Amino acid sequence: MRLWAAVCLMIAACLCAAQTVSIGSKKFTESYVLGEIAKKVVHDAGLDAEHKQGMGATAILWEALEGGSIQIYPEYTGTISEEILKHPGLDDEGLRRELKTHGIGMTGELGFNNTYALVMKRGRAAALGIHSISDLKNHPNLTAGPTHEFLERKDGWKPLAERYGFHLASVKGIDHALGYAALNSGQIDLKDCYSTDAEIQKYDLTVLKDDLGFFPQYKAVYLYRLDTPARAIQAISSLAGTISEPEMIRLNAEAGKTKDYATAASMYFHDRGLNAVVARESLAQKIARWTARHLELVGISLLLAIIVGIPLGIVASRPGPLGSAILGLTGIVQTIPSLALLALLVPIPFLGISAGTAIVALFLYSLLPIVRNTATGLQSIPPPLKEAAAALGLEPGARLRKIYLPMASRTILAGIKTSGIINVGTATIAALIGAGGLGEPIISGLALNDNQTILEGAIPAAILAILVQLLFDAMDRYLIPKGLRAGG
Amino acid sequence: MIELAGVSKRYGATTALSSLSIRFGDHETTALIGPSGCGKSTLLRMIVGLVEPDTGVVEVDGERLTARTEQQIRRKIGYVIQDGGLFPHWTCRQNVVVMAAHLKTPPADIEQRVRELCEVTRLPAEMLDRYPAELSGGQRQRVGLMRALMLRPNILLLDEPLAALDPLVRSALQDDLKRLFETFGQTVVMVTHDMGEAAYLAGRIVLMREGSIVQDGSLEDFQIRPAEPFVAEFLNAQRRLVAL
Repeated sequence: MRLWAAVCLMIAACLCAAQTVSIGSKKFTESYVLGEIAKKVVHDAGLDAEHKQGMGATAILWEALEGGSIQIYPEYTGTISEEILKHPGLDDEGLRRELKTHGIGMTGELGFNNTYALVMKRGRAAALGIHSISDLKNHPNLTAGPTHEFLERKDGWKPLAERYGFHLASVKGIDHALGYAALNSGQIDLKDCYSTDAEIQKYDLTVLKDDLGFFPQYKAVYLYRLDTPARAIQAISSLAGTISEPEMIRLNAEAGKTKDYATAASMYFHDRGLNAVVARESLAQKIARWTARHLELVGISLLLAIIVGIPLGIVASRPGPLGSAILGLTGIVQTIPSLALLALLVPIPFLGISAGTAIVALFLYSLLPIVRNTATGLQSIPPPLKEAAAALGLEPGARLRKIYLPMASRTILAGIKTSGIINVGTATIAALIGAGGLGEPIISGLALNDNQTILEGAIPAAILAILVQLLFDAMDRYLIPKGLRAGG
Repeated sequence: MIELAGVSKRYGATTALSSLSIRFGDHETTALIGPSGCGKSTLLRMIVGLVEPDTGVVEVDGERLTARTEQQIRRKIGYVIQDGGLFPHWTCRQNVVVMAAHLKTPPADIEQRVRELCEVTRLPAEMLDRYPAELSGGQRQRVGLMRALMLRPNILLLDEPLAALDPLVRSALQDDLKRLFETFGQTVVMVTHDMGEAAYLAGRIVLMREGSIVQDGSLEDFQIRPAEPFVAEFLNAQRRLVAL
């Protein structure tokens, strides 16, 4: 009974959380900063606001916006026309018209153009005499390290190379932040970048001139759901025309240096003489929030896996094709890589980009150890004892409840323990679809090539796994019948 | 009373029981004996519904054993197996009272019956609060016997109850069983592989081989009028064992 009450409370808590305006951001510094700025103005407009940092690439943010798990996120006009609407060359009015058919609105341009560009180390470019993208034709031996997204974009690598007629011998996809490190150390010669990246100054890079005018305009805007509270829409619309290119580079540089996006965002408000206090969380508060969310994801999914897994294990313990099918299917789920499982679940109606999807994925991963251990535990009861139970005249249900399950309890609990510990580790993937938890700093840290941020998630996750193990060890002492422990 | 009429059981190519008919009367103590694989255990387990016959009918106290009547019939039968068949996660007391508690017998009645059974089986009452793993083999078998007798069954089935015990413990338990069978006067069917034990405890001995009955009678019948050479051979084999 108490379990059900806890589940109801959690569901109620989730429903209440839906009243908050959720702002998403992509996995790069500028998107984080713009997310923080939006959160601040929405909050100042008197609404609850949360910022789901670094949820992923364009496709995931757009899906989350359309699906309603976020209400606002910063985007670029070029990306909207090329990638989202797949209708190149639309002007702002055209974009607004088409977005409206998806239930989405767009603010005015924020004031800077963050277009794609190609960059090289200044010294290397000068030595080779490369100034513009056209010059690449004469240097087929260069090594390029564009981001995976840029490699695949319709306004990305392949159309660019075709338009300019260059062909490079070595092109390999590298993560954006790691690519800068590779460029700086000379492992690659050029990569794509955003024209407002702080790294251009930091690493002394040359932006190659787009002499054929290939790249579309990437004016920053906010996209929002049309059903977002009017006060929030007003607040983010007021940001239009207020952020220039040099200012954005400065905010990006500050954020890149300190990894503190809230402080970088507060610089924007400070410059305008506005109340610059952006709500900031201490590290302890952040870890507490991540951990609470992490425990929620692990707890709900493990509880569901116990409720479903033990009955499945009971069925699987009986000889016959049904039992083999159950063990086979739960085994197959286990072999699907976690990212692939998320990708399979996201298109399912009612799941999408949400904590629910993460919980379903974790639930599926937790099933196998519980199902298999329940089946094994029941199968390993000596046949004479099973016959003795039957010969007493106990009904099959009572035999299971009073005799078989308690006798198998040690094995079943070991399965639950295995699931719980694996679950704590696997739950870090939930952050990939914006479901939060200790994976949030790990994913952000990976995106930004920042070890400290990774450790802010990885260390608590490891400690949590150990604590969960200790908790289950302690529970064994209460849940495994004394006679089984005395018997060794 | 127990009646089996034309029962057969095959496991793959092996015949465990071959169209066998037998009747066990009220207040009669019978020992089923024979070499390994002769079908004596299968016969016993068929009476309590653990083995379903391929053909034939089992009746207990005039009621036919079916899936519907199975639980009720089992509750009229006490069933004892080798080493007691106790559930390790329960104390011995919990093992003994499981069915009485399941059937919501008043606790005072349960307590009264447990005291009686401690005397009958000569088990010190304080042993009941231990777990089976903490008892000796002989003590476990006494607890198994208590559990079988808890609901005052009219039928007691024992499947090699003393096989796992050392000779001294075994001899003491044989004496206790003999007294018990005589006092309570239930229908008792016991499987054993020891002719001495069979003759000591049971008035009627049924010798089986390959799923059929070879001879059914008293020890005297077996010695004076063996039905076929196998009977004498079986008796001699037992004597040689004793002589060793």
